[in-house]
Amino acid sequence: MNNIFVYCEIEDGKVADVSLELLTKARALAGTLGCRVEALAIGHNLGGIEKQLALYGAEVVHVADGAELAPFRTLPHAAIVCGVFREEQPQIALFGATCTGRDLAPRVSSALHSGLTADCTSLEIGDHKDAKTGTEYKDLLYQIRPAFGGNIIATIINPDHRPQMATVREGVMKMEPVPANEVKPAEVKPVDYKKYLSDGDFAVRIVAREMEERKIDIKGSPIIVAGGYGMGSKEGFGLLYQLAEVLGAEVGASRAAVDAGFAEHERQIGQTGVTVRPKLYIACGISGQIQHTAGMDGSSMVISINTDPEAPINKIADYAIVGDVNAVIPKMIKYYKQNSK
Amino acid sequence: MNKALKIVVLAKQVPDTRNVGKDAMKADGTVNRAALPAIFNPEDLNALEQALRIKDRLPETTVTILTMGPFRAAEVIREAMFRGADGGVLLTDRKFAGADTLATSYTLACAVKKLNPDLIIAGRQAIDGDTAQVGPQVAEKLGLPQVTYAESIDGIDVQAGEITIRRRLEHGVETVAMRLPGVITVNASAPACRPRNAKMVMKYKHARTVSEVQEQQEDYYMALHKERCYLCIPEWGSGDVDADEASLGLSGSPTKVKKIENIVFQAKEAKHLTGSDGDVEGLIKELIASHTIG
Repeated sequence: MNNIFVYCEIEDGKVADVSLELLTKARALAGTLGCRVEALAIGHNLGGIEKQLALYGAEVVHVADGAELAPFRTLPHAAIVCGVFREEQPQIALFGATCTGRDLAPRVSSALHSGLTADCTSLEIGDHKDAKTGTEYKDLLYQIRPAFGGNIIATIINPDHRPQMATVREGVMKMEPVPANEVKPAEVKPVDYKKYLSDGDFAVRIVAREMEERKIDIKGSPIIVAGGYGMGSKEGFGLLYQLAEVLGAEVGASRAAVDAGFAEHERQIGQTGVTVRPKLYIACGISGQIQHTAGMDGSSMVISINTDPEAPINKIADYAIVGDVNAVIPKMIKYYKQNSK
Repeated sequence: MNKALKIVVLAKQVPDTRNVGKDAMKADGTVNRAALPAIFNPEDLNALEQALRIKDRLPETTVTILTMGPFRAAEVIREAMFRGADGGVLLTDRKFAGADTLATSYTLACAVKKLNPDLIIAGRQAIDGDTAQVGPQVAEKLGLPQVTYAESIDGIDVQAGEITIRRRLEHGVETVAMRLPGVITVNASAPACRPRNAKMVMKYKHARTVSEVQEQQEDYYMALHKERCYLCIPEWGSGDVDADEASLGLSGSPTKVKKIENIVFQAKEAKHLTGSDGDVEGLIKELIASHTIG
């Protein structure tokens, strides 16, 4: 009882990376709290799914398996999650900050009147003393996230309501399997889910789905050339593609650049985009708001190119080139070609 | 609802977080919105456009803007009216202050119940919090289905009470049909909102809330509003929406802000370079030598 639950996203029998990342984090939190990690798998044809989840630390796997449960639909999944949470009383519940998790988790938090914090960049365990009442709380979940357009970092707590719920974006937490000699089989608990569902839970029906393979893979690229609003235009981004091509890199973008239409949303790096940890990150015309740096400050090496010597990005850069991107990038391409052979 | 829908659009006036000054935070960790320029939350404009497109198709449809905030949030309602909305309601009460997403959703849901619409449309998320929680939480509080990440409304079958929506997900597009009443949240990738309409601006430029009229203390407005009641924007407080006070504002919020830190970048020694040929070539050679590139 009062364990940590991870809602696991499953597509075609495979558990999503973000869910395995959350299990990895849940393991660490459970170690601090001295509780167990439980996974919740809702979908269809889930036989054997516990094996994938056990590798990342799930000790108990609750499985709701039925044809009407896949593909994901909000209402039946929300009803089952709420039903299981009411019975199991988790102290913490984690969801991926994906289209699914960000659709489902608020619905669950509203039904259970438990607080929810979106897009956490860090989760820790700590104590709290209420300044007004003097009440002391032990072992709360600190839900840490940039807020207010990335101008502040807020630590959010839910002192009185359970579960303490948080969503985390893919790539923010590390994904680490349990060491091979410590893996234990997970206990499977089938969920008698039909008792939680009513006709009203099927008010939305899926007419068509056109899923495509992920075309842009900035997360897996060892070198990223990223552009910000300072690139000036969609055409300005053309320079970045040229540099990326010679370096074998992927092109990323800041939120400001994506909002301005310079690059596709799939390329957005930062709190509301993808988190990356490449070996080299070249930030071009990016000022370096925390919103952005939260998604790239794990890079091994950062080069910034910016006309403003005071740009915040220069504070986390290994090399800060003060200059105009339109002049510097062509030089980088030229000297790379000259020297690489 | 034979030939038309009754639509409520949830909109928020947000601080322009792209331009935050130094003194924008209050001591209790909440945001001092008064210190910032206020704008129409961008995705709520996408939501408004979807509502207006339904009104284009079914002209007897009514579009009502519902917004919660301080008195000046009435600007959002006026702006929406200039673009084609029929009117709006401002939810304003000191008791609403300090609400997290759950208390906000509760308050909005109380007001929506009173308006009793067929369809509720909201932006996916607001730029000051980026949580995307209020839409689904309002839906849950009302016991209604939800469709998030909408990009377009492809079909409305008023007779059957069903609406067909295209939603944009990480890895593709999903088309779903939702039984009405229901809640839709709209993505930034949906069509941008139409601009102001000159006729609407003329018609509604004197639209004011009661508080605004009182503030200006102009008999002209009082007289005008008596004569043309469509210019009066209603203001609702907690009593008007039959809200349970314990569920409002800070006390109705399960999440608490424990700590706020201003951003301090950890300075490490950056090597400063110019954009000169010598500096750039030196750097590239260094990176090749260390096998960082190449």
